[in-house]
Parts: sequence; structure tokens; C-alpha cells
Amino acid sequence: MVGQRIKRREDPRLIQGRATYVDDIKIVGMEHVAFARSDIAHGRIRSIDTSAAEAMAGVTAVLTGAQVAEFVGPVPIITPFPSPDHRAVVVDTVRYVGEAVAVVVATDRYIVKDAADAIVVDYDVLPAVVDTEQAMTGQPAQLHADFENNLAIALVPSGTGVSPDGQTVDDTAIDKAFADADVVVSQRMVNHRLAPSAIEPRGTVAHYEPGHDKMTIWSSTQVPHLLRGFIARMNDMGEDQVRAIAPEVGGGFGAKIQAYPEDYVVAGLSKKLGIALKWIEDRSEAFLATTHGRGVIGYIDIAATKAGKVLGMKLRLIADIGAYNTLFTAAIPTFTTLMANATYDIPAIRTTITEVFTNKTPTDAYRGAGRPEATYFVERGLDMLARKLDMDPADVRRRNFIQPDQFPYTTQMGAVYDSGDYTAALDRALQNSGWDKLKVERDQAQAEGRLVGLGLAMYVEVCGLGPSAVLPTGGWEHSQVTIERDGRINATTGASPHGQGNETTFAQMLADQFGVPLDHITIHHGDTAVAKQGIGTFGSRSQAVGGAALHLAGGKVKKKMAKFAASLIEAHEDDLVFENGRISVKGAPDSGKSFAEVASYAYVPVVGGAVQLPDGLEPGLSEEAFFEPSNNTYPFGCHIALLEIDRETGEPTLLRFVAVDDAGNLINPLIVEGQIHGGLAQGIGQAMIEEVRYSEDGQPLTGSFMDYAIPRAADLPRFELDSTVTPTPVNPLGAKGVGEAGTLGSTPCIVSAAVDALSQFGVTHIDMMLRPEKLWQIINGGQS
Amino acid sequence: MIPSAFEYERATSVDDALAKLAATGATGKFIAGGHSLVPLMKFRLNEPTTLIDIARIPGLAGVRDVDGAIEVGAGTVHHDVATSSLLRQQCPVVAETAGTIGDPQVRNRGTLGGSLAHADPAADYPAVMLAVDAEIHLRSSRGPRVVPASDFFQDLFTVDLAPDEIITAVRFAPVRAAAYAKLYQRASRFAIVGVAAALDVADGVIRSARVGLTGAVSHAVRLTAVEEALAGRQPTSEVVAEAAQLAGSDLEDVAGDIHASETYRRAMVPVFAKRALDGALARLPQR
Ligand SMILES: Cc1cc2nc3c(=O)[nH]c(=O)nc-3n(C[C@H](O)[C@H](O)[C@H](O)COP(=O)(O)OP(=O)(O)OC[C@H]3O[C@@H](n4cnc5c(N)ncnc54)[C@H](O)[C@@H]3O)c2cc1C
Repeated sequence: MVGQRIKRREDPRLIQGRATYVDDIKIVGMEHVAFARSDIAHGRIRSIDTSAAEAMAGVTAVLTGAQVAEFVGPVPIITPFPSPDHRAVVVDTVRYVGEAVAVVVATDRYIVKDAADAIVVDYDVLPAVVDTEQAMTGQPAQLHADFENNLAIALVPSGTGVSPDGQTVDDTAIDKAFADADVVVSQRMVNHRLAPSAIEPRGTVAHYEPGHDKMTIWSSTQVPHLLRGFIARMNDMGEDQVRAIAPEVGGGFGAKIQAYPEDYVVAGLSKKLGIALKWIEDRSEAFLATTHGRGVIGYIDIAATKAGKVLGMKLRLIADIGAYNTLFTAAIPTFTTLMANATYDIPAIRTTITEVFTNKTPTDAYRGAGRPEATYFVERGLDMLARKLDMDPADVRRRNFIQPDQFPYTTQMGAVYDSGDYTAALDRALQNSGWDKLKVERDQAQAEGRLVGLGLAMYVEVCGLGPSAVLPTGGWEHSQVTIERDGRINATTGASPHGQGNETTFAQMLADQFGVPLDHITIHHGDTAVAKQGIGTFGSRSQAVGGAALHLAGGKVKKKMAKFAASLIEAHEDDLVFENGRISVKGAPDSGKSFAEVASYAYVPVVGGAVQLPDGLEPGLSEEAFFEPSNNTYPFGCHIALLEIDRETGEPTLLRFVAVDDAGNLINPLIVEGQIHGGLAQGIGQAMIEEVRYSEDGQPLTGSFMDYAIPRAADLPRFELDSTVTPTPVNPLGAKGVGEAGTLGSTPCIVSAAVDALSQFGVTHIDMMLRPEKLWQIINGGQS
Repeated sequence: MIPSAFEYERATSVDDALAKLAATGATGKFIAGGHSLVPLMKFRLNEPTTLIDIARIPGLAGVRDVDGAIEVGAGTVHHDVATSSLLRQQCPVVAETAGTIGDPQVRNRGTLGGSLAHADPAADYPAVMLAVDAEIHLRSSRGPRVVPASDFFQDLFTVDLAPDEIITAVRFAPVRAAAYAKLYQRASRFAIVGVAAALDVADGVIRSARVGLTGAVSHAVRLTAVEEALAGRQPTSEVVAEAAQLAGSDLEDVAGDIHASETYRRAMVPVFAKRALDGALARLPQR
């Protein structure tokens, strides 16, 4: 089964409308919650008039921020950085459009919306801080009193010459690299803001049962176990008193790792009022109140020799984090700096991080979370270097690769890359794309006056997060595998899939491990009462870490089952094989017992009327395992884009997209391709059509899908995919993780292709997204 | 994103629809595909007390030949226009235009009548209605009324349609040598600029041309300078290229937004005028 292209078992229910999402949960007596939200970017609340809302029939409660603060404390974060006071509902100052200013409970979903609409807030409007670099001068306003010049993080240096605690900085090596260089390329690049746009918006149902002093919370979350902890702590409850359930989750993309203000308020109110409550985010709210991604300016300088060998690199990041530091916000740029080496052996690197508050929706993890930014900045930088040296972009990369015999490789940034063969991935992509022929075709097209360009990018990603030392939540994953008495298998995973296909891949693994049919196996997840432990699904970790835990738990139960089988068959356990639904002596398939017979024996261990437990075993077949990875994994690949720009309109069209991805061993290549397709769509979306924009006074200009473009199938070419396989040594599966990969290589290779197409007009860099008008201006002699 | 409360009724005939609307006073609204109205209601920009569903009125949908003219019922959904064999054979520009609207979901629900009544400044149909010189057929309790397309589109979301009137159909003489060219807004797929051009050619001479523009200004307009420059000339790509240069030069108040500045939009008008005219030329019978 493992390695086969098996269709996702979860899909029929998902595409036939037979799955249960949070909004499908109904509880007797349940009431509804809605939030009144700020329609200005920055201002002090002078007064809130809730009287009209309170007077409406069916309204149970209306609470302002001060009232909510009596039972919901500040929204916690888990990064070790300073954070301003962040209230679930604003107490005095609103700091972005969409921030909650009041909450309403009513008996009906429509009434609650009407009531929230009827709340009138009077503000002293303050100037909105929108431009990130201007914000760093404290202008035009200051968001948080204790954060001078709007600096959430003033400057964190890392890399060559920087001590691990960041306290001492020695510039000798980096200065020398730039002094010795034949060429230096320098560029300011913007990796703009995006709205994660899961097909299912967020939603929470909280049901506090006073008689039991217990809370059940259903939430569209990637991390039910973490949510359980957050909700328990906020409500002075124990983790034994809270059960968190992630039913079907319609996409997360990192934005559902968060425990959000709404989760805390709904849970807290359910406890306070003693009734079940439901809040469902609508799409307009999702654009405002669900965290955004990216929003990072990178200043990159690359020092190199004439031959294209990179001697040193500086990368200065300025992150627009929005109005507050949320759960992981502050840490996202640290993934960018961690991956600043990219696939290259760069002798000296210096990075710095500055994080800036602005009057916008907070940013946090979004598919790739920091690594697409790193890939974009470094790969665009290398492309500029290649152009400056008039070298083939593939050759510049090749000249600087970390070589296969250098792994495990400790980078200047302190990452330990597990395994890799970058040349192999590059060569395969060049071959699959017909690179040399493509270059000729591009030249011919350009000679005919067509604006055709070619772009190439390598990427390496940090996935399979990770050792517990790198994640404040712990970095392990958990699984329990149970062989039921009828021989069917129930298995749980703490990795909480929401589109990753683990119900299929995990079942494939167990089917092989036990020699039973796929449809005898059920994978359970997303309920803390069922999957007893877990961290969750993010950072492309579900297969590499969750899958490894499943493999270990399966191994344990298999060992025990073999002992039962050995006793029944009267053979030695080491001689047994699990095949075709039977456990038998190797080479003698008829000697054995059926899988179900052995399972039944393990639960009723009685032979001839007497209990017979081999080796003093306990009855039953259920084992659990925690897997703590020894390192992260570092999948990699090479992407190539061929793009044409309409000379008259500036419209870019992607003609070809060739990707070679190396995610280690593949459990199910079909699912892997699906993950890559989705990642590519989001990366191509960012490069070509997606962008969150704000007006000068902090009003969102892309607050609906009428203005915020996400790619449709028809916007994308047929992807030409292939893979190389370099297993990781850090887990027993050799699998690295692939959920985010597509978002990494795609943005730089598309932008590089556009620059290639337009280089005849003198451009060396174009910021995303590739708005036709921007390209048209370049074609018509304007600046980019 | 939840509309305020409203009543819902389904009309069984045009007369029934008019009567039901009259019964609401001025507070009810027709709903056809709902693809313009429902978004407005969800944002609470429009809060009708009663929706009168006209989508299933027998005979309100359909494409038919009426004495050599083509009539498209107001209730015809975009998909059915896009795939009508009558239109594809005799007046392909109308089918082609419908096929560029939104995405399959929108095309399966949205109707011609709804699009014309709503009159979004970036809607596609208005341009082609001008190019084929369509008559818009209306009905009210006062009786029927026919308005030529060139008088129908008046201003931003404003057309010559009384609050108590219903659009029943559009009618036009089929034109083969006509085409639509559109610069898509990438999120909504509405037109940033859309131009529909129709040529009447006889004996190797353009007798007349009609060119409709949408997206650039508050409502669809005819590009009369281009039309005049083409009249009496030979139907060649050089001639249309020259005429297209005039497209939009006299327009005032060209729109600018986050998707396209005024300058860019203005520059795109002649580009798409030329593309539409080239498309029309390509549909001339080969000699
Ligand atoms: C995502 C999306 C993308 C879109 N993209 C495009 C696009 O690319 N190009 C484009 O042109 N349009 C686009 N549209 C708009 C779409 O074409 C609408 O369907 C159309 O504008 C309205 O038709 P409807 O039948 O849905 O009308 P409704 O929404 O039902 O009604 C719209 C208005 O017209 C009135 N009305 C409806 N029928 C009649 C009638 N027969 N007589 C009198 N009044 C009537 C209603 O009372 C209402 O005021 C898009 C819409 C969406 C949601």
C-alpha cells in the first residue's frame, strides 16, 4: 500500500456534503454569538451605545470589552517576545478595522447579527499607522504605549559572528566577504500581505455543562489539543475538564493554529451563562479578523566573485505584524532567518529582524510561515546576481550548492540540514523542462517581439517540526493503535488533519504493517477525548512526526499480537509474518491463523476453558506511542516557470510550470501531488493575483472575493511534477513533509520569469504581485 | 454577511409578478438569479422587505427566433445564452459575451434581465447590447414599453426602468460580424474594460459600425468616434487599427480603482476596441 497512488478515503464525504463542520453542530438550547467590530483603523472609544441591541427581542446579553475583561484575560502568545496587552474585546482603543468592540448573545443567528449591527460606537479617531517603514519612526501615531516607534522587536541579529544569545556581534567575517567581493547585488523586496482564505471560515461552539463542571469546545482548528490547554487555562479549568473537538476542518493554512479572541469569548460566555453558544465567522469577518500572512520587507545584499561564488549575504527583515502579537507572530520571521542559507554553502551571513506594529489585522503563520519569504528573498537575489554576471541562473545555483557529502550540514544560521541532493533536483527540473531548448525558444519569442521569460528557483524548507526544543508546545506527536476483537483496527493521531489526507496515508501504513485491507482500518483524529494526546498539524509535520508516532504505536501492538499468535500457532514469534489477513509462519501461509482469530484470542485469552496469557501478557491489543523527532526535516526542490506578458496590456500568463520536489519517501504520491498542487496554487496566487491592500487611513480595500483574487483552476497551467527521493534519517519513515513546499519555489521563479521577460526594458526586480498595470508601466518606460 | 429579514414569494407569470410587486408598495424587489441582489443584501446595502422570485416564470427564459430577429428572454441564465446554438450560429458575440461572465456558478444562476436591470458599470452585457442595437422590452401595469439599448443605460446603476417595471426580453437583429474583448478583473472577473464591436459590411465597405464600451465609465456607452471613423471604409485590419486609436479619447470621468488606475484604464480602451474589431473582422464571410 505504501507508495501507491490511492485516492483519498475522506473525499467522498467531503465532496458529497456529508461531512460535519462546526456549523453543523447543534445543541438543544444553544444560542448564538456575534461581534460588533471596529470600522475604523485606530481610535479611542468615547462611548458605546448598546441600548438598541439590548432592547431587541431574543437578545440574551450584550457585553462591552470592559465587561468581557472581567472573565476573559489577555490573549496569550507562546513566543518568548514582549507583547502588548491584547484584549479579546477592545477595552479602550481599537487598533484595526475588524477588531471586536462588543459581543452579543441571542437566541437566533439572525437576531444576533441584527443586534450587533445596532450597536453604536463613538470614537476619537486617531491617525492610522499603515506604512511599515514610516511606522518605525513612530509616525503618524504610536499603537502601544510601551513599544516606542511601534517596534514590537527592535532588532534581532543572527548568523555569522553573532553569539547564540544575540548579545555579541562580530562583523569581521561578513565585512570581509563584502570587501573581497567582485560584485554586490542589493535590493529591497516586498513579500506582501495575504489573506489565508480557507474555504471554511472559523467557527466555535462551546458547551459548558454546569452540572459536570466540564466544557466541550468544537472549533475549526488545526490544533485541538493546544486549544484545549488554552481554553482550560483561560477559564481556570483543568485539561481534564475541557474536551476540544475539531470536526471536519475546511482548510487552515496556518491561520487556524491560533486560539482566537472569539474562541476565548465564546467559551468564557458559555461558562458564565451556563448555555451552549455558537459563533460562526462570516466571510467578511474572515478577511478582517482571521490573521493574515507574510507582510515582510526584505533588504538583501549578496557579495560574490565574478565566477558567481557567493561570499556573503546580508538580509534585513522588517515585518509588518499588524496591531498585535498573536500566538506565533513574533516567531514567523525567525523561520525566514533560519532558512537564509537556502540550498547554499554561504560562508558568511548576517540577518536581522525588526517587527513593527501597524493598524492592520495581525499577521501569523500562513502556509510556509517564514520559509517562502526566505526562499523568495534569497532566490530573487541569486537571480539578480546571475543576471548581473550574465550567467545561467541554474549555473549560479550549482556553483553554490551544499554538496551531498556535506550532510548533515550545519548552516551559518544554525540549522542542521538532515539530507539533500540539490544538484539532482536541479538537473531533473532542467531535464524535465527542456531548459536549454526553452532558453532558445524564449530568445526566439523575444526576437519576434513577444515578452516571454524563464524563471528558476531552488528551495529548501524546514518541516516536520520538530524537536521539543524548537516548539514551546512540545514537538512530539502521539498515536494509539488498537486491534479490536474482530480484527479491525482503530488508530488515533494527535496530528489533526484538515485536508492533508492522513486518514488515507496512515491507513496505508497500517495496512502494510499488519497485512490487512485498507477498509479494515479507521483513523481517528481531532477529538481530545479520542486522540488522547497531540500537538496538531502545522509546519508540514503530520506525516513526518504524526506518521512516525503511528508507526511506533503500530510496531508495539504488532509485537504483542505476534506473541499471542505465536502461542496459538505454537511457533516462535520471530518466525511470523502478517500477510493477507493472516498471521502465519514465514513460508507456510496455511500454518497460521486469521488476523481476526488472533485478535479475538487476545481479548478472550481462554484455551480449553482456562485462561492462557502468553509470557504473562495483559489481555487486549492497544498500544500508544509518542514520537520525539531528533531533528526537523529539510525537504527541497526546484521549480521552473515559463511566462508570457501581453505587450499591450501587461497581463502575465503562466505558460508552463515544472516542479521537482524531494520530500523524502512518499507514502502516497497522489496525495503528495495534491499537496503540491495546492501549495503551488497559493504561491502562484501570491505572485500573480493575491494581495491584501489597505487605504492610507487603514481601511481594507480587499475585503471580499470581488476584490481579493484567489486562483481558480482556469488561472493555472497544467503542473508538470516530478520528484527525487532523498530519505530523511530523522524518523523511521524517511518522509520529510510536503504540505507547504509549493508555496516556496513558486513565487521567486515566477517573478524571475517576469523580470526575464521585461529585462529588455531595464528592470532587474519587480515586486509581487504581478499586477498587469505595473508590468504595463514597465513596458511603457515607467519605473516598476 | 447575513441579510436582514425579508418575505419571499414566487411569481407564476409576469402579471402575477407585477401584481405582487405592487402589493409590497415600494419596498419589494424582484429576484432572478440573485447574483447581484443577494450580495448587496448580505452587506445590507439593499434591504427589500419582500423578494418576488421571477426565475421560474414560464416563458421568461429562452432564446428564440422572432421573424428573423433574435429574442432572449430576461430570465435566461448566462450559461444558456453562452451555449445557445441559435446565437452561436447567427449572433455569436452575444453568446461569447455571456461566456466571459464570472464563473460557472454565476453563469448558471445570473440572468440577462438581472444584469441589465442592475447595470453594474463593469457588467459585460451592456456593451454587447449597444453593439447589436438591442431593444429592451419592458412591462408594467401601464402596458409594454420598448427602449433602445442606447437610451437604456443612463448612469451608475441607473437605467430607464421604472420601479414598477419588469424587463421581459431583449430583441435584436442578428449580426455575425461582431465580437467582444475584455480585460478581466482577476478577482470578480467583471470587465476592467470591455468592448463589443459589430460591423455591417456590404460590397466590401463598412456601411456602419456599432461599438459599445463597458467598465471604463459609470455606464456602458457607444464609442461614436470609432463608429464614425469606420463608416464607409474598407474592412481591413489597418482601418480598424486606425479607428481604434480614437476609442475613449473623449471620455470623461474614467474610473480608477485598486485594480486599474484611470490612466491604465484609459489606455486599455483602444487596445480592447481594436481586439473587438479584429474579432468582428474575423467573422466576416471569407471572399
Ligand atoms: C462572483 C460574481 C462574479 C460576477 N462576474 C460578472 C462578470 O464577470 N460580468 C458580469 O457582467 N456580471 C458578473 N456578475 C454579475 C452577474 O452577472 C449577475 O448575475 C447579474 O448582474 C444579475 O443577474 P441576476 O439574475 O443574478 O439578478 P438579481 O441579482 O436577481 O437581480 C439584480 C437586480 O435586478 C432586478 N431584476 C432582476 N431581474 C429583473 C427583471 N427581469 N426585470 C426588472 N428587474 C429585474 C432585481 O430586482 C435586482 O434589483 C458576477 C456576479 C458574481 C456574484
